[in-house]
Amino acid sequence: MSKLFPTLLLTLASLPAWANLNVFATVPEWASLAREIGGDKVRVYSATNAFQDPHRIEAKPSLLAQARQANLVVAAGADLEVGWLPLVLRDSGNAAIQAGRPGYFEAANFVSRLEVPTSVDRAQGDVHAAGNPHLHLDPHNVLKVGEALAGRMAELDAANAAAYQAGYKTFAGKWQAAMARWEKEAAPLRGVPVLVHHASFLYLANWLGLKEVGTLEPKPGIEPTSGHLSSLLARQQTLPAKMVLRTAYNPDGPSQWIAGKTGLPAVLLPYTVGGTAEAKDLFGLFDDTVQRLLKGLR
Amino acid sequence: MHKPFAVAALLAASCGAQAASDNDLAAIRGQIDEMKKSYEQRIAALEQKLVQAEAQAKSSPPPVSPAPAPVAESRPVGAATTASGFNPEVSLILQGQYKNMKNVAERGITGFVPAGGHDHGSGTIEGINKRGFSLDHTELVFAANIDPYWRGQAIIAALDGQAEVEEAWFQSLGIGQGIGLKAGRFRSGIGYLNEQHPHMWDFADAPLMYQAMFGTEGGYAQDGVQLKWLAPTPVFLEFGAEFGRGANFPGSDRNKNGSGAGALFAHVGDDLGVAHSWRAGLSYLKTSAREREAHFEDTVNGVEALSKFTGDSTTWLADFVWKWAPNGNPKYQNFKFQSEYFLRSEKGDLSCGEAEAGVAVSCQDITSGYRTRQSGWYTQGVYQFTPNWRAGLRYEQLDSGTRDLGENGNYLAVDHYKPKKTTAMIDYSWSEFSRLRLQFAQDKSMQGITDNQVTMQYIMSLGAHGAHKF
Repeated sequence: MSKLFPTLLLTLASLPAWANLNVFATVPEWASLAREIGGDKVRVYSATNAFQDPHRIEAKPSLLAQARQANLVVAAGADLEVGWLPLVLRDSGNAAIQAGRPGYFEAANFVSRLEVPTSVDRAQGDVHAAGNPHLHLDPHNVLKVGEALAGRMAELDAANAAAYQAGYKTFAGKWQAAMARWEKEAAPLRGVPVLVHHASFLYLANWLGLKEVGTLEPKPGIEPTSGHLSSLLARQQTLPAKMVLRTAYNPDGPSQWIAGKTGLPAVLLPYTVGGTAEAKDLFGLFDDTVQRLLKGLR
Repeated sequence: MHKPFAVAALLAASCGAQAASDNDLAAIRGQIDEMKKSYEQRIAALEQKLVQAEAQAKSSPPPVSPAPAPVAESRPVGAATTASGFNPEVSLILQGQYKNMKNVAERGITGFVPAGGHDHGSGTIEGINKRGFSLDHTELVFAANIDPYWRGQAIIAALDGQAEVEEAWFQSLGIGQGIGLKAGRFRSGIGYLNEQHPHMWDFADAPLMYQAMFGTEGGYAQDGVQLKWLAPTPVFLEFGAEFGRGANFPGSDRNKNGSGAGALFAHVGDDLGVAHSWRAGLSYLKTSAREREAHFEDTVNGVEALSKFTGDSTTWLADFVWKWAPNGNPKYQNFKFQSEYFLRSEKGDLSCGEAEAGVAVSCQDITSGYRTRQSGWYTQGVYQFTPNWRAGLRYEQLDSGTRDLGENGNYLAVDHYKPKKTTAMIDYSWSEFSRLRLQFAQDKSMQGITDNQVTMQYIMSLGAHGAHKF
């Protein structure tokens, strides 16, 4: 009897807490990060998958139902989700996740954003006034966002604060080691000129020293036109690129067209978790991205 | 006596000095912290620039052509925006059309009492029923969070010589528990299309059913209060109730306290796999009218008579929407199916009188019972087959159903008809903000007339255009 009681207590304590944190992530990369930090203390829902253009999501009923029960919304921010998230938040009837509350977290607020335009005009296409929002493809940013996210999760679920901090520490340790590995492996990519479908790889290029020499889209968010592709082809003479990069959600036609005309390899990058079979989690995402880039270089 | 006083004064003075220096210290510390923070941010930004500069220096030979890669710029974390950042989101919708159709003197829907009066000749129906070139409503939208608890939105629709407040409401943000409160003038949550403004429609005009139910504006709006509750279930389940003035058709404005119209609705929706999502709804609207005017033909005297309806109107609506996109990515390809059905019963009294002073009608001053039961539906599909092109087809049918005018029925022409209309459209969007549409319709909404209509319509949205509902 005297032994049974502590055993019972221990068993109870080891069960996942009932007040688990319900996390609503807008994109797979931040869903994955929340899982890394929260482990079994969190229930994570990803509103989108790697095959969906994150700019063009609809405020579906299923998203409203999930947002209604969320304790924490993790968004990319920088206006990436401006076409649907504000509506989902407002119609969810959930006060805790409204912008400005602790239950609303924007990754873009915790990193230095690139390509912040000095002027904003729709004539420039679908520009983001707050800068390029595809910031997770620099692993340094993942670390910064992770630290802030762990802090936010600890604030919202104080009972499990230590677990979140420990989860982040473990993740950060593994991540730093992996970053060193990726940077070493990716050394040959430094200075390699590339064409990209959309400006989705700005942070990746910035991290690895890839040189972005053109986008297949004539303006952000406007689909490639034959005229624009031809001009890229002409520029290949003076400013040769070595690869054409696209995400899992971009159509392959334009990249393949360039590839067919020039012999450049058209490289599909997972872009986010789930974009390729290998990109099962954040580590897999970067492993696979680096491997595919190196393969494209050969 | 002198000494303790001096000591006390000294003590007090020194205390004051002490306090002041503490405050100063705190302030200085704060300033130092702030400076430290701002320098850290600047250093981080500079480092970022340095990395880029190095990368560029390493990779590019001296620039031959203007550098195509945009100069990356970093922004300090959490930089404050200027006061103008508090301005509401403003957007302006430009909408206009060219329309080719028959010149029908008294355009309406046979078998249905026209919403918002009666048309006498060309030019009297505003907006979407004009022939030739015309401007639709130009909508000006203002929206912003008011404070952490409320959000507000106003939509002003301008047309020649008039500006109409289409919507002006505030909405709760901070109640929680799935509860949403909206008050002001708003489009009712009944049906599917009802909440959507014309610029969101997939066709250039509202379905016949909406025109029959609520007039050419294609939606029911009222001044009042809306309460919604979203259930905490994995499946989307939403309930709503509305109370309001009920001044619009099928009700009428009255001088009284209390509520003139009420609505109830329920929505359910979910995903089926990653590619399919759907929503279904059931709604109920009850309005009451007092001396709502309509014209009937006096079959005895062969002139026009004016009728006045006083009574209640009950409308049931069922709606269903289903959307498909490969992998749930609607950008390149998607399909949308939508269908709605309505059933309306009206019960009350109809009194008859002269339409024009001095033109005698056979039913003069007769008041008799009035009972109708009418229904209709539409179904449509819109397929987006490339990022820019969409094509759609709509079929609709109404049923004038039961129209029992009691004794007045002996003097007035009561039409029975099943109006039909088939519409096909194709539209091109340069971006999410501009669209040009070509629409063909075969409109048999008026008995004995087959009206082949061609419409060319543009919809342009300027400024901070907010998210659209599902």
